[in-house]
Amino acid sequence: MIESLFSEADALLLARIQFAFTIAFHIIFPAFTIGIASYLAVLEGLFLRTRNPVYQKLFRFWLKIFAVAFGMGVVSGIVMSYQFGTNWSVFSDKAGPVIGPLMGYEVLTAFFLEAGFLGVMLFGMNRVGERLHYFATLMVAIGTAISAFWILSVNSWMQTPAGFGINEAGQYIVKDWFEVIFNPSFPYRLAHMLLAAYLTTAFVVGGVGAWHLLKDRSNAAARKMFSMAMWMALLVAPLQVFVGDLHGLNTQQHQPAKVAAMEGHFDTQSQAPLYLFGVPNQATAEVDYAVKIPGLASLILKHDVNAEVTGLDAFPRDEWPPVAVVFWAFRIMVGLGLLMVVVGLWAGIQRARGKLYQSSWLHRSALIMAPSGFVAVIAGWIVTEVGRQPWVIYGLLRTSDAASPIAAEGVGASLLAFIGVYFLVFGAGTVYILRKMSADPDQTHIPDYARPTPVGMAAERLLHEED
Amino acid sequence: MDYALIWAILIAVSVFAYVALDGFDLGLAMLFPWFKSDRDRDVMMNSVAPVWDGNETWLVLGGGGLLAVFPLAYSVLMPALYMPVIAMLLGLIFRGVAFEYRFKTKTNKHLWDLSFILGSLVAALSQGIMLGAMLQGIEVVDRAYAGGWFDWLTWFSLFCGVAVVIGYALLGATWLVLKTTGPLQQKAYRLAFKAAIGLVTCIAFVSLYLPWRDAAIAERWFSFPASLWLWSLPLVLAVVTIGLLRALHAQRQGSPYLWSLGLFLVAFLGFAVSIFPYLVPRAITLWQAAAPDNSLTFLLVGAAVLLPIIFAYTGYTYWVFRGKVRADEGYHD
Repeated sequence: MIESLFSEADALLLARIQFAFTIAFHIIFPAFTIGIASYLAVLEGLFLRTRNPVYQKLFRFWLKIFAVAFGMGVVSGIVMSYQFGTNWSVFSDKAGPVIGPLMGYEVLTAFFLEAGFLGVMLFGMNRVGERLHYFATLMVAIGTAISAFWILSVNSWMQTPAGFGINEAGQYIVKDWFEVIFNPSFPYRLAHMLLAAYLTTAFVVGGVGAWHLLKDRSNAAARKMFSMAMWMALLVAPLQVFVGDLHGLNTQQHQPAKVAAMEGHFDTQSQAPLYLFGVPNQATAEVDYAVKIPGLASLILKHDVNAEVTGLDAFPRDEWPPVAVVFWAFRIMVGLGLLMVVVGLWAGIQRARGKLYQSSWLHRSALIMAPSGFVAVIAGWIVTEVGRQPWVIYGLLRTSDAASPIAAEGVGASLLAFIGVYFLVFGAGTVYILRKMSADPDQTHIPDYARPTPVGMAAERLLHEED
Repeated sequence: MDYALIWAILIAVSVFAYVALDGFDLGLAMLFPWFKSDRDRDVMMNSVAPVWDGNETWLVLGGGGLLAVFPLAYSVLMPALYMPVIAMLLGLIFRGVAFEYRFKTKTNKHLWDLSFILGSLVAALSQGIMLGAMLQGIEVVDRAYAGGWFDWLTWFSLFCGVAVVIGYALLGATWLVLKTTGPLQQKAYRLAFKAAIGLVTCIAFVSLYLPWRDAAIAERWFSFPASLWLWSLPLVLAVVTIGLLRALHAQRQGSPYLWSLGLFLVAFLGFAVSIFPYLVPRAITLWQAAAPDNSLTFLLVGAAVLLPIIFAYTGYTYWVFRGKVRADEGYHD
């Protein structure tokens, strides 16, 4: 350990803030690119089948946005793959034999696939023809989903570890790979996250469509994207509520302390209330200023109004997560999810009445909801990650025992650097993305693919049409 | 079977793949200051735009692979090389986003050029510093890094940093030779020549300095009879250098890049020989660092099946974008 002005506790806190900051930034991009990649595959597929030029315009429109977002996702993702070692070396040493190979598979099956075909997808149309280009788009879309599969398996194993033993060096070793990969919370988490990515994208697409409809209701490309997005909202938002409930029940089974924090339940009780509002007070173990509905939490969690629900009093105090953070993040996520359901239903009704493109209030609402997916994803991330504290590997390894022997000054300096660079670089990227989004989608320039290009010009063509 | 050794070789292969591929796109960025016109810079950037992301993925495989199969080495090296690692990551961010951002703006284009140049420079310099820091040894107590957080910083590690910068510049210049024509290519030939001389000088210096400084390395290089074939490396270095300079002089298109890779390969083998069997030099061997066998074999099955497929479609991408990026044609549509 290096001599330091600050205590080990400071270094730990800074390391945690650094991880939270870099991953919260990073997760925004995959949450968006997973959805957009699939959307692009659908658009290109529809164009090849129907030859309706509106699909081609939308494909080109979203491709440019995808390219910027994907670039940001790649560079912020490389940071993550080294962050485990720089700031969490004890964790890496102990858990490396279990989670390392899963991440290795992520690189081998997903990252290379995405990166390998991204070039063809962005710059290769003139060189490979429509069919191979579509194949490349599919590979990129599949790659993003495979990536989610592995990294959520890793995260789920840290939440609900299974299929492992411990060796004499104190490392976790694998007894059964199937149990490790398909650990108890994995299927629920994966489904919940993938749907979240699709919903996030649907509301971004819907918001952009709505923005252009507010300017011109007859804009054909805007109509098409708005309509597609609202179909997604109508179908996927309720499905997400259902899956989220299943995920919650699974968490109740494996991480009851987390659920107790989400609900603000300090006491184990029957007819447990659902708090609509309140300020959980960790010190007094009470919810201040509570507005509650008695029995509703029992009904939701146990499907029985009178059922007893485990509270935090069932766990030693030093195993409680920070309750207020989890409690409020959970309410933000669920609140946004329910608003998404409402928007989806509202759009469904307007569609049935033949007024999908006429309802300015719907369009304004959809515009306001455009970033809702990102907020919900980060809120959900906070629920699951803060909610499992104080454990980094649930029940096995405490976060406080997992950090690197790095002095607080070092961690603090790198944290400041990350914050500065991320806001600067990703702020600029967001500006460019918003600029692309505000361009009229119906006027999207379609390069002349039929014109044979000299070798080497394809990349230039696409890049320079931006000017 | 010695799975740890197989994995050490596989990690080495992926690090070399990274150097060979990302080396030229980092190097090309560092040559931007010698190419002032937007037109040249556009051509340069476009020559790597479709492939840079795949090139960088090898770095993720190196990091992820190290965590998976040598977790102890990963968890010692990362804290030991904390600052250069963070600097490299930040550098890669600045250069990575420049590919997309640069063409999204007219007013700030030169700002993103600068971000591309400096980001690449910092990334390359940091990688070289890490190399040097590993060569000079890392202090370990009880499965953890025990040194200070400026231990990596010596004149030797800085020298290695500069050497890698020059080396990547050589790869970048010879890549440009392959992908361009006309005045741009001519300038690339001249830059490649200078970089080649610089890199060979650096390699020669490190080769002489290391055995002099470090008894363990000296013994490896000078003990008979193993030294017989080790001594062939300097000979190979001389042959490759002459091959490269002649290829540049004769204005060959593709072979200068391959000869440059040869230089890297010789240096890389020299590095491997110097530190083997350590992953954290003089502290942790590859067998001590290895994860349990079932972690090694589980990922090995995947690597055996997937790496050939990855090589195939990566090769396909390069083939799709083969040939010259033409500079003699107006780039505005």
